[in-house]
Amino acid sequence: MVKHFCCTGVLKSTWDQVCTAFWQRYPNPYSNHVLTEDIVFREVTPNNCLVSRRLLTKTSRAPRWMERYLPKHMSSSAYIIEDSVVDPQKQTMTTLTWNISHARLMSVEERCQYRINPENSSWTEITREARISSGVFGLSRPIQEFGLSRFKTSVTKTMKGFEYVLAKMQGETPSRTLAETATERARETALAAKEKAKDLASHAQKKQYV
Amino acid sequence: MRVLRSSFGPRHRPVVFVPCVRRSSSPPPDMNSVGEACTDLKREYDQCFNRWFAEQFLKGDRSGDPCTDSFRTYQRCVQKAIKDKDIPIDGVDFMGPNKDQPET
Repeated sequence: MVKHFCCTGVLKSTWDQVCTAFWQRYPNPYSNHVLTEDIVFREVTPNNCLVSRRLLTKTSRAPRWMERYLPKHMSSSAYIIEDSVVDPQKQTMTTLTWNISHARLMSVEERCQYRINPENSSWTEITREARISSGVFGLSRPIQEFGLSRFKTSVTKTMKGFEYVLAKMQGETPSRTLAETATERARETALAAKEKAKDLASHAQKKQYV
Repeated sequence: MRVLRSSFGPRHRPVVFVPCVRRSSSPPPDMNSVGEACTDLKREYDQCFNRWFAEQFLKGDRSGDPCTDSFRTYQRCVQKAIKDKDIPIDGVDFMGPNKDQPET
């Protein structure tokens, strides 16, 4: 059983600008979970298409209920491959992204098409399809639901990340984005501090009675 | 550092320190490579590629790739790092998982 997801988004920049930004979209304020980025294969084909393979390392964020099903030796970071074909003649870019680690636990494949928006030639349309599956016996459904929910959040982050990088490339100050980021970070910091305090307090309380 | 006092008795008063979580307000300037020693080579190649991509490739200029040397040096480093870290990238077909999918 596989979960499918499909959506279309628009970036208000030209296809050329979006493709250029595609290679420069890390880091951005929405990509703190992306730890490393490498091109591991690239060539220009005889018909002048650019084919590339990018290897990403991302933090592997599983909810607590899922963590107990992870093998003890499993790494806390995940490896993801992103293959892409850029065709400057047809002005299309196709990408396929999937995880090559943790795949039995949960596999997410995302296929995207970047093309000129048919209604506005100065904009770019991104069509996104995802397939989410899990091989864990008896838990595949909740894992897929979790995967789908996280994927939807990551789509929002991807688009915001793109907008941030495009604004920077065009010499604009993405001030609204920075304000959102600052609020988000303040919230995360407060939450992390609260959790840490709780842990320390409970640890201290236990020590008292030893 | 903030010190919180608990409500335990006077002889047992655990002191809880709330650490200051300092984060930079802006993202780091560039990404790192999966091979720590390859980061500088990666950044040098990326700079060359980004310029070539925007100014030549997208404009249909096929006059040549100025980044061949920096790419070769970078690849030597990163492929070794991938082997050393046992990253399972070998034998994965290009656009691999999608090959058997029917068109919808």
